Amino acid sequence: MDTYCTRCGRPTGEGDHAACRARAAYGPPRYCPECARRMIVQVSPSGWSARCSAHGEVADEAGGGTAREPV
Amino acid sequence: MATSTEPTTSTGADLATDVLAVARAQVLDRGEGLDEQQVLDVLRLPDDRLAELLGLAHEVRMRWCGPDVEVEGIVSVKTGGCPEDCHFCSQSGRFESPVRSVWLDIPGLVEAAKQTAATGATEFCIVAAVRGPDARLMSQVRAGIEAIRAEPDTADINIACSLGMLTPEQVDELAAMGVHRYNHNLETARSHFGSVVTTHSWQERAETLRMVREAGMEVCCGGIVGMGESVEQRAEFAAQLAALEPDEVPMNFLIPQPGTPYEDYEVLAGPEALKTVAAFRLALPRTVLRFAGGRELTLGDLGAEQGMLGGINAIIVGNYLTNLGRPAQADLDMLTDLHMPIKALSQTL
Repeated sequence: MDTYCTRCGRPTGEGDHAACRARAAYGPPRYCPECARRMIVQVSPSGWSARCSAHGEVADEAGGGTAREPV
Repeated sequence: MATSTEPTTSTGADLATDVLAVARAQVLDRGEGLDEQQVLDVLRLPDDRLAELLGLAHEVRMRWCGPDVEVEGIVSVKTGGCPEDCHFCSQSGRFESPVRSVWLDIPGLVEAAKQTAATGATEFCIVAAVRGPDARLMSQVRAGIEAIRAEPDTADINIACSLGMLTPEQVDELAAMGVHRYNHNLETARSHFGSVVTTHSWQERAETLRMVREAGMEVCCGGIVGMGESVEQRAEFAAQLAALEPDEVPMNFLIPQPGTPYEDYEVLAGPEALKTVAAFRLALPRTVLRFAGGRELTLGDLGAEQGMLGGINAIIVGNYLTNLGRPAQADLDMLTDLHMPIKALSQTL
């Protein structure tokens, strides 16, 4: 089980995450489930990728190209 | 008990004054869009006339646009960190949004174009969250377009851009790059715009659209429904769009985004959204009217089908800029089930 909610960044064991679960249907994860850092997320027409600076990248299907930090 | 001897519609409405009866003659038969007051009358129709309204809007679309559906994919080349304060947008740097800034590199842009082309789409739109493009963004877009054109799978796809407000020189540059359509939404009625955005004006946006048209690019201009505007302002917006004569109008429905001023807004009710779709079709009989963001949340699968049978003739398939859409194949299957052919690339040239 994730330690932190990927939608709101709060601990999954605290509070109500019903709205977060609803949001999961139309939004990619935004917070790292291990440390709650905001992730760098790139959405593409058929996928997404989300990268935490500490815990690496997760991606869905085709992924979203290579997301990188703004210069 | 009714005592009138005037002809009536199947629902008992007076043919001479009922707005749908008027619309049948004015819009369906003559191709003349409804004016602001007429659109308002449509938006005020009771829900028990929604099916009749959608049916008429579909007839108008079929008569003046034909059965084809224009399919498009979009991608964000520069996400987040926008200096503007559009209250609906999770990409504004002024709000505590979970969306972080990121640039998409050229291989990622080409891959997104390939994913779009694989759906049979004829349109691929490159979008950036900016007030207007700087030299770096223009360079990225130029390189991206060149790379997309160099790939056999994407060489022929129509490329559109949405990069905010432009200078005259940037308009000319984009036209020279072969950008065939430029998106710049007016977002909402002019009378409501100041409640939605304070960092620039409706007129500034309109000026970019004027230059885009003058440069020979197609104009794509729509907005978002459900941002606290009144029904009267929806009618006002439809009339203002009609006056602009855009080639395409994307219709978005607000997705309340965490951290934005609109995060607690209610999602628009499905019947209200469908009524707005149909009313906009009756105001814009010949325009490409595209389902864009928020339809999944507002309308669900059934509502999306009703919209396709209620005036819509174009869709964004797959994901959006920061939100996810339905799988593209689900929408393509829907079009097959509705016997609606996807517009072929040859028809757009």
